[in-house]
Amino acid sequence: MDLQVFLLLGQDGIINGAIYALLALALVLVFAVTRVIFIPQGEFVAYGALTLAALQAGKIPGTIWLLVAMGVLTTLIEGARLAKARQLRRLPIFALTHIGLPVAGATLLWLVPPTNLPLAAMIVISMLIVVPLGPMLYRVAFQPLASAPVLVLLIVAVAVHLAMIGLGLLFFGAEGSRTSPFTEISFDIADAPVQGQTLLVVLSSAVLIAALYLFFERTLYGKALRATAMNRVGARLMGISASVAGRLTFTLAAAIGVFSGVLVAPITTIYYDSGFLIGLKGFVGAIIGGLVSYPVAALGALLVGLLESYSSFWASAFKEVIVFTLIIPVLLWRSLNARHIESDEE
Amino acid sequence: MSLGHRSDHSVLLDVRNLAVSYGKVRALSGINLTLRRGEIATVIGPNGAGKTTLLSALMGLLPLAAGEVVFLAQPASSREVESLVRQGMTLVPEKRELFGDMSVEDNLLLGAFDRYRAGHRDQLETMEEVFALFPRLEERREQMAATLSGGERQMLAMGRALMAKPKLLMLDEPSLGLAPMIIRDIFRVIAELKASGVAILLVEQNARIALQVADYGYVLETGEISLEGTSDTLLNDPRVIASYLGLGKPEN
Repeated sequence: MDLQVFLLLGQDGIINGAIYALLALALVLVFAVTRVIFIPQGEFVAYGALTLAALQAGKIPGTIWLLVAMGVLTTLIEGARLAKARQLRRLPIFALTHIGLPVAGATLLWLVPPTNLPLAAMIVISMLIVVPLGPMLYRVAFQPLASAPVLVLLIVAVAVHLAMIGLGLLFFGAEGSRTSPFTEISFDIADAPVQGQTLLVVLSSAVLIAALYLFFERTLYGKALRATAMNRVGARLMGISASVAGRLTFTLAAAIGVFSGVLVAPITTIYYDSGFLIGLKGFVGAIIGGLVSYPVAALGALLVGLLESYSSFWASAFKEVIVFTLIIPVLLWRSLNARHIESDEE
Repeated sequence: MSLGHRSDHSVLLDVRNLAVSYGKVRALSGINLTLRRGEIATVIGPNGAGKTTLLSALMGLLPLAAGEVVFLAQPASSREVESLVRQGMTLVPEKRELFGDMSVEDNLLLGAFDRYRAGHRDQLETMEEVFALFPRLEERREQMAATLSGGERQMLAMGRALMAKPKLLMLDEPSLGLAPMIIRDIFRVIAELKASGVAILLVEQNARIALQVADYGYVLETGEISLEGTSDTLLNDPRVIASYLGLGKPEN
């Protein structure tokens, strides 16, 4: 392997690693706040990429119907709760935001097919369609189980993952899609061509990670999420309800997923079920961080990206095997080194 | 007398016939308790009598098996912790439940989370008031909560609760595990808070210091209130003296 190939593979590894890092951060966040191991994280990547691809192809993405259906389902569940608590006067506003807005969006898409919109506008539309599915999913599938053990939450997460894959096949078909690149610019560094797309992905991921850092360190809502992850009872006593924290977390996780999907869509062909493998690699990164450390998770995900890229050169048939085998030594090392952390603070 | 409470606007908290169960085991039963605005009431009693259970139930952390809690003369529409916080109830739990990996300042700011969410933006002024009560917290402002001493943790837990500008402050064993000098400090603040108008429900094993600061006291034994009265009455009651003030032999 000469230097040029080495650099090219490295570039590939970093680009994938950056995406995995975003997903790893989302997984750590969701687990820390809600104790859900968020298997469907990858589906948000695929939904985001395929929704954008559908918009670019001038089609109405099927995800908008899912949004309407989830809105109705969420409203029914919330309505039942409000009726029980005799607070039905809050229902109209809830129905307006959860059914009214999706229906209005669907009507708009149907009346004005978005064919000649600029790319940025299409990305925004894709986010608006797919991201709200995150908090709705939390309301429907996870909020009623808020105090269930981790294993139950995991099983529900697997079920949601399977359902989302099936719906993905229904909405987007078995054909893969690739979106048009954001930029065609390319230049050479040390004789290796660097594509503008690569830089854009790495840069966007870095900006998003920095934005997340600022959110958690500087804003009261970010601190409230960290507080919930640190001490659930303490957070509730401050009026930070587990459901508000869960909704916010799932919104962030969905946004990170969709954003990753938008970034990855021009580089790789995405199929309805591609998200799972991408999410799983982010999960390996998150495991390296022990599902608690954000920086280690991000670095671990970068390592996964590089490992994947170089192993595809030497043993491409085994690249997934090599990546997932990484979990074993990591878990061994973590179990040998882990301090036993008392869950009680005192 | 108990019927008159509903129309009596000085009554902040009215607990009627409250019972709490853990599964089939009844932890509390037939609890009646009244707290007026700007008043300190204390619940004293031995370990395991149900004092912490009582506060947890009032705060909505545990479901009621029976009875009623009337706060601000309205029967609660929801016994969720979050809505009780919004109504002005706050609890400083026995375990303090601080956010260990966050600074003192962030812990305090989170105390005002619900007010922030409701649109108030006065948390910095409130924090200055808390610092005036606990100057030690201002010195430790940047320090992580997990690195504080026991006394400082209690101060932080109380300061954090005060950030919510509560109408009712419930304190669970604020003296637990603290040095006598720190305890005096904490109780000096409790007395100062009373002057500021906040009502306090104080659960304590240290009966003497609790009765000295409180207006009214309840003795909780094996899940039931066995004795109640003004603090002076209780301080001079032979049964209280014998069992809780340590001046005589324990009853048999």
